[in-house]
Amino acid sequence: MDTTPESPNLTASSRGPSEQSGSGVASSSVPLLSLRGVSKNFGPVQAIQGVNLDVPDGQVTALIGDNGAGKSVLIKTISGIWPPSEGKIIWKGEEVHDHSPRTATALGIATVYQDLALCDNLDIVQNMYLGREETKFGALDEIKMELATNQLLKDLSVSTVKSVRQLVASLSGGQRQAIAVARAVMRDSRLVILDEPTAALGVSQTRQVLELIRTLSSRGIAVLVISHNLNDVFSVADRIAVMHLGSLVSNGPISDYDTNSAVELITTGQSSRVPTTLAPSS
Amino acid sequence: MYKRLRQGDSGMVPVVIGLLLLVTYFQIRNAAFLSSGNLVNLFVQATIFILLGMAEIWVLLLGEIDLSIGITSVLGGAVAVILVDPQFHVSWFLALPAGILVVTLIGALYGMVVVRLNVPSFIVTLAGFLAFQGVLIYVVDSQGTGGTIPVHEKVLYNLVYGNLTPLWTWILAIVGVAIMCYRIIKRDMNRRSSGLVTEPMAYVIIKVVLLVAVGLILAKIFDANRGTFIVLRGMPFAIPIDIGVLVIGTFILTRTKAGRYINAIGGNSEAVRRAGVRVNRYRLLAFILTGITGGIGGLLYVSQLNGVNDGPPSTLTLYAIAAAVIGGTSLFGGRGKMIHAVVGGLIIATIYNGMALLSMGASTQYIVTGIVLLAAVTVDSVARRNSATR
Repeated sequence: MDTTPESPNLTASSRGPSEQSGSGVASSSVPLLSLRGVSKNFGPVQAIQGVNLDVPDGQVTALIGDNGAGKSVLIKTISGIWPPSEGKIIWKGEEVHDHSPRTATALGIATVYQDLALCDNLDIVQNMYLGREETKFGALDEIKMELATNQLLKDLSVSTVKSVRQLVASLSGGQRQAIAVARAVMRDSRLVILDEPTAALGVSQTRQVLELIRTLSSRGIAVLVISHNLNDVFSVADRIAVMHLGSLVSNGPISDYDTNSAVELITTGQSSRVPTTLAPSS
Repeated sequence: MYKRLRQGDSGMVPVVIGLLLLVTYFQIRNAAFLSSGNLVNLFVQATIFILLGMAEIWVLLLGEIDLSIGITSVLGGAVAVILVDPQFHVSWFLALPAGILVVTLIGALYGMVVVRLNVPSFIVTLAGFLAFQGVLIYVVDSQGTGGTIPVHEKVLYNLVYGNLTPLWTWILAIVGVAIMCYRIIKRDMNRRSSGLVTEPMAYVIIKVVLLVAVGLILAKIFDANRGTFIVLRGMPFAIPIDIGVLVIGTFILTRTKAGRYINAIGGNSEAVRRAGVRVNRYRLLAFILTGITGGIGGLLYVSQLNGVNDGPPSTLTLYAIAAAVIGGTSLFGGRGKMIHAVVGGLIIATIYNGMALLSMGASTQYIVTGIVLLAAVTVDSVARRNSATR
């Protein structure tokens, strides 16, 4: 079984992302991830078009938009599941070629999808190490994996789990989300993408997940979070990016936005209160 | 236990209690039931169910099924019987692996069709059940021995009817128990020294004491003279063969990446795929392991029958599935241990053996086994439903 990720295929971008940014990012350092003119077609259907987005290190970027705005297509493109039809994906200033899930993993991009991709019949340790188990003389090194899992959950302040040997089937929604995020972090991720992490969670579980997101960013990890819940977005995000009908219509620091302007951008693709990056398609 | 049941994991305790109740019932009805002669007979009867049950568990873990293992395993056994026949005179050293290889290749073929063509294993192995039944009849009848081929080779015959000497029986029991106790204690000490949560010390001691007691009782049973006209002592070879397959199978399932992935695929194959695991490779491997284990079971079957005939054992597959499921393996994938087949196989053999002692007919045996199977599957289904609606 080969789970070793391939070396990502990187070349220096002909244009530095900060020079060509059309996104309004005023960062002096090179963003961790930059998308330049990224489009994705499925036959005649244009799912996303000309997306320019910078995701800085150690910050939480919220990706918001209505259903069908292209958020999921965008994160799947970043995750390498669907290669872009056009445009460039730039990682730490270098263009990524032949982007695939393996190269994304090798770069340090981890995605936690809504279904969390956990195996209910395995315990927490087994889920955390699925696909990258530690072995000793050919046999699984359970003690090493359990110790590391305990330490990671402690580092991330995930304290609600009684035992890492609990079956995942016995965990609550918030605990499951925390385990999925911890697993993403454990893989030396630099960018963690979360797809609707608080959907279907209760109030206290949502609070736990938001705290976890803050912990990630405080550890220098970039977080790109999709959410429909603007309360969550405004409580946790440093930056905001709004998609409308397949285009990224606005993005910038969270302080430039309020709930009303965000709703305007989500529903109409434009707002009189904040600058938009593109004229929304009709 | 109730908590585990609610999580969809009914565990083995209810099954073991059921086995003890059956044993108690038969012992009350017939005092000969727990005699050493009858118990050894029961263990030997159980070996086939246990081995084929273990074979079935590999694919059941994936959420797949093999409906033909009873036929294909006997086909492998038939190949071994024919090869050692004076007509071909192949050494047992080659003939026995050849028999296992036949069943392994059939398992690999099933796996390829299921994995590559995405055909449900239920259909593929049902087709195999019919087709290989025909092949078995053809192979046996083509030997021109009137539809029955007797075993003409001592090693093959002795797989079931040969015995270890009493000394080796004791050595095997003591060494086996010592290794298991060492592993339990070492695991506990490693966890304690690493600062991990451990079971209470009393629990560890109880486990060790129980292991020693069971080992010594079994050795004593096998050591007792069970012959009527001749002295017959020692453990039948079939028992260490079963134990060997159990140990290897358990090691693969619990201590290797392959076993971990086979378990995980049955729980959520998409999650395993996203974790970067080549899922189809491990699905294929599970079918191959079913073939290997079934092949060994087929050799014991022909040894027990002292030959093979052209009347295919159509119920053998059902007993294999029943042994696995009664023991606690889920029909829906993702949960199963090799030890489940041992307990399930012992239950089926106990029903058979006990009812024969009570002179009950085959009709009653089938009905009771069916009820036990239904009860086991119902417990599994209810547990899963509770787990899903938590």
